[in-house]
Amino acid sequence: MALTLADVDHVATLARLGLTDAERERMRDQLSVILDHIGELAELDTDSIPPTASVTNMTNVWRDDTVQPSFTTDQVFQNAPRVAEGCFVVRTPLGGEGDEA
Amino acid sequence: MSVGSELTGLTIAQARDLLDAKEFSAVELTQAHLERIERLEPALKCHIEITPDVALAQATAADRAIGDGDQSPLTGIPTSLKDVLCTVDSHTTAGSQILKGYRSAYDATVVSKLRSAGAVFVGKGNTDEFAMGSSTENSSFFPTHNPWDIDRVPGGSSGGPAAAVAAAEAMFGLGSDTGGSIRQPAGFCGVVGLKPTYGRVSRFGLIAFASSLDQIGPFTRTVEDAAIVLEAIAGHDSKDSTSSPRDVPSFRGSLRTDLKGVRIGVAEEYSVSGMEAGVETAVANAIEQLALLGAEIVPVSLPHTRYALSTYYITAPAEASANLARFDGVRFGHSVDAPTIKEMYERTRGEGFGSEVKRRIMLGTYALSSGYYDAYYVKAQKVRTLIKQDFDRAFEQVDVIVAPTSPTTAFRIGDRIDDPYQMYLADVFTIPANMAGIPGISVPGGFSNDMPVGLQFLGQSFDEATLLAVAHAYEQSQPWVTMTPALQ
Repeated sequence: MALTLADVDHVATLARLGLTDAERERMRDQLSVILDHIGELAELDTDSIPPTASVTNMTNVWRDDTVQPSFTTDQVFQNAPRVAEGCFVVRTPLGGEGDEA
Repeated sequence: MSVGSELTGLTIAQARDLLDAKEFSAVELTQAHLERIERLEPALKCHIEITPDVALAQATAADRAIGDGDQSPLTGIPTSLKDVLCTVDSHTTAGSQILKGYRSAYDATVVSKLRSAGAVFVGKGNTDEFAMGSSTENSSFFPTHNPWDIDRVPGGSSGGPAAAVAAAEAMFGLGSDTGGSIRQPAGFCGVVGLKPTYGRVSRFGLIAFASSLDQIGPFTRTVEDAAIVLEAIAGHDSKDSTSSPRDVPSFRGSLRTDLKGVRIGVAEEYSVSGMEAGVETAVANAIEQLALLGAEIVPVSLPHTRYALSTYYITAPAEASANLARFDGVRFGHSVDAPTIKEMYERTRGEGFGSEVKRRIMLGTYALSSGYYDAYYVKAQKVRTLIKQDFDRAFEQVDVIVAPTSPTTAFRIGDRIDDPYQMYLADVFTIPANMAGIPGISVPGGFSNDMPVGLQFLGQSFDEATLLAVAHAYEQSQPWVTMTPALQ
């Protein structure tokens, strides 16, 4: 399966991953090789096989809804790059410059 | 031999008896390890951070506990923690620039359990970035070197704690195993590495790679020590909804030295082209030895083994691409300010992640993307079912399965780093256990070209007791455990 640079750019946008031109080309080549190998799964007839997402066989794990100690705001912000007035600072996600909704 | 090297050469079980008999103190034991770390780290680089102050404070507290008769099996025992485990009193980086300088506000559950047990944390072990890799060369800080030959990799991703235990910088280590990241470096470094059953050990506070596959487990020098550590870290945790409510048995109590009545499976699918001849010989010798110990050797078939690698390289990157979405430069970690939020995400992640992490995020995002989801992600989940069914059928006939841990011994640093697929092949024998959720252990199984060979045992879900018993019987019948790398 040969990927194109356009494929790489599409996936990188979905993943919010900035790639340099050299990385885009390397990604195209390396991912194409890996996808070729992975494509071998198509050999297997799995029409009647259920998918496995987890091996625990557990469903609906509940806990009591009781008040527990929580972090202080200092702890919550201790690794934050930008903080103002008790909030994480981000660029406006909607309606701002470069918005592409 | 100096007193220091006598202390660092002990097993956990031996050190426990001597600590309790006051032959030496926990502070002396810790100092001996810290001195060894200081001497060996320039060549080996097992640790991203060394924490002598934390260790000595814990050792002092351990001596007090021992004095009060209030000790547990791990009180005063020096430990190396893979740096994907959150700790409040040191940094936690996952081997990534994106988490450089990160300080967790909480301990992982396994870390709190070890803390309560009185263990001593000497440092944070090196890892491939976000545990993605098979050689520890993907650490964004530096590669770790194999104590048996410093030109070779220690395996990965938990290469730091594996090499630290092999070099006696710590008496045990904790790693994480998503596709072999405990067992493969244990094999490469000639130590014991145990991946427990998925759900046996809480993953709370483990920086997530692939949540349906990740499991925490110990590196030790002996199987008995692995049993001791597993007893200390296993059990249900309300903070990890996938952790099992099953009781934790006495793993140490079920160890044995003969294998009468035990059925051990051998699967032809665990021999592939390109295998190192010395590895095949070592495994063949081990199978003979198991028969001599009384085991019945039974051929079994695991026909979908050859598809496990491809299944893994869809499932694990898909889960990783979702898990690593949280590294966006807003709440923690490396952050690049930019005019728009999308650009800020892209530049932060573009700068913060290394090439293997980017590759896996791309692969996982692709497999989950519109138009490819059924062909890749769902397909892989279905093949995962087939792999699990293979094991279910095999375990109707046998108690454990024996196999090589890896097709080769440790390769040279730099040999595979430019060829991702060759690197992925290093995990071809360890990945199936993660797909099925079953426990696996690598124990020293001899040498090939002067490098350790890992012998792998795979067991039934939640039957680590039998797995450890068989591994112990094999280990006790062999000289490998007494052989250590010739470090100065």
